[in-house]
Amino acid sequence: MPADTAAPGPEQAYFDALADGRFMLQHCNACGENVFYPRALCPHCGADALVWREASGRGTVHATSVVRRRPEQGPPYNVVLIDLEEGPRMMSRVETIAPEAVRIGMAVTAVIDRSGDDPVVVFRPAGGGA
Amino acid sequence: MSGLRGAASIAGAGTYGLGEAPGQSELEITAGAVKAALEDAGLKAADVDGVFCASMTYNMGSLTLCEYLGIAPKFSDSSMIGGSSNLAHLLTAMMAIATGQCDVALVAYGSNQRSMSGRLVSTSRPDPFESPYGPRQPITSYALAASRHMHEYGTTREQLAEVATAARAWAAMNPDAFLREPLSIEDVLNSRPISDPFTVRDCCLVTDGGGAVILTSPERARDLERPPVPVLGGAMAHWHRAITNMPDLTVTAASDSGPRAYAMAGVSVDDTDLVQVYDAFTINTIMFLEDLGFCAKGEGGAFVEDGAIAPGGRLVVNTNGGGLSCCHPGMYGIFPLIEAVRQLRGDCGERQQANPEIALAHGNGGLFSSQVTLILGTDGTL
Ligand SMILES: [Zn+2]
Repeated sequence: MPADTAAPGPEQAYFDALADGRFMLQHCNACGENVFYPRALCPHCGADALVWREASGRGTVHATSVVRRRPEQGPPYNVVLIDLEEGPRMMSRVETIAPEAVRIGMAVTAVIDRSGDDPVVVFRPAGGGA
Repeated sequence: MSGLRGAASIAGAGTYGLGEAPGQSELEITAGAVKAALEDAGLKAADVDGVFCASMTYNMGSLTLCEYLGIAPKFSDSSMIGGSSNLAHLLTAMMAIATGQCDVALVAYGSNQRSMSGRLVSTSRPDPFESPYGPRQPITSYALAASRHMHEYGTTREQLAEVATAARAWAAMNPDAFLREPLSIEDVLNSRPISDPFTVRDCCLVTDGGGAVILTSPERARDLERPPVPVLGGAMAHWHRAITNMPDLTVTAASDSGPRAYAMAGVSVDDTDLVQVYDAFTINTIMFLEDLGFCAKGEGGAFVEDGAIAPGGRLVVNTNGGGLSCCHPGMYGIFPLIEAVRQLRGDCGERQQANPEIALAHGNGGLFSSQVTLILGTDGTL
């Protein structure tokens, strides 16, 4: 096996780091852009010069929706797009406040939710609000 | 003008099983539409030597359909870019005809999505970076874009509802439409909430149905049964797949495909007599009218107010009732195309417009992702 395929690829490496409690983004050493979701090649310049950096966890709600269900299927829940401080955008949810209370422009902070089968990055209002 | 302008004309169009077709398979529905389109053109299956078919269930759609119909094509294409695939196929078929790869192209689509009621198996791998958050796809993706359009431009819930009420008013004049009873703005706002800001009436139908068109050279089309509909311009563009990666949630790649299609056609927005756009959700019509140049960015909500795109309004939009009220069998792209053809040929009965000459048909695929714009004309515009 060639050396460069012996290690896990960026997608697996991302989820491995998340399982270890670290939320990582990629940074391109060729063009300086930050990248999410994790890739083998930089989508901005094409270089294979992506290195891992830990995310600050700070972000802003860019768009929000509340998914409504029939009562027997469970309560409504929130789905958002978050603009990360480093530049990339990601889908997530904002927890600890009512799903309808999530507002575009709201400052949020990432936490890693390990309550499910796989760890996921979720957000809470910044400053420990609500 | 581009060398592809008018390189092929639509010689036939047909639909089958719109609404509910219980007990019919996808291929049976597609074959019904193919038969209708061939009869419309006055051609036989043996005349077809190019086949274009994307399917939600068969990942080699043209192979499956050709075998079913007994066609051995010289050229085929099963490319899948979501609901705009059928319109993209028209562009490829034009190139195939212009370069001699085929002479008579069949573009066909069908689905029994409604009758299968959720038993269709998705062929798409779940997105590991979105699916953990439970977006109800595709609805939540479009809802997120709508939330952003409302935030940036003040687009209102009532303006979104206007799109649905206009579509329903057109559907009332279309005997093939699935939902035809009157619909008010209050009805839309008070229907079952799905993914904010959308209620079920902001979302396209789930129906069965198939559609097919026959494309050939302009010369051959003139010798056939029906008035030819030349394809004057066409262009496609896509900038993302998942909604998370849409560069600007309020601007679609229709803002690129539209101007290039018009440039090829050598006509403008002002020359356009009618507009058929893929209205998967109410926000789609608003954003496409902006991106295609019928109003400025951010003004789409105000543009559709007061029945402006309903019958008798300032712009003729989605005269069949659209995906919101006519039909939406999984992918809707071929139906705005067929409605444009029928309007240009004068087939539309009560909803027929007076002597239209230039029509726009626009397809959307994925999550506001793939955009295909076609400009169609009458033979006199060629
Ligand atoms: Zn780069």
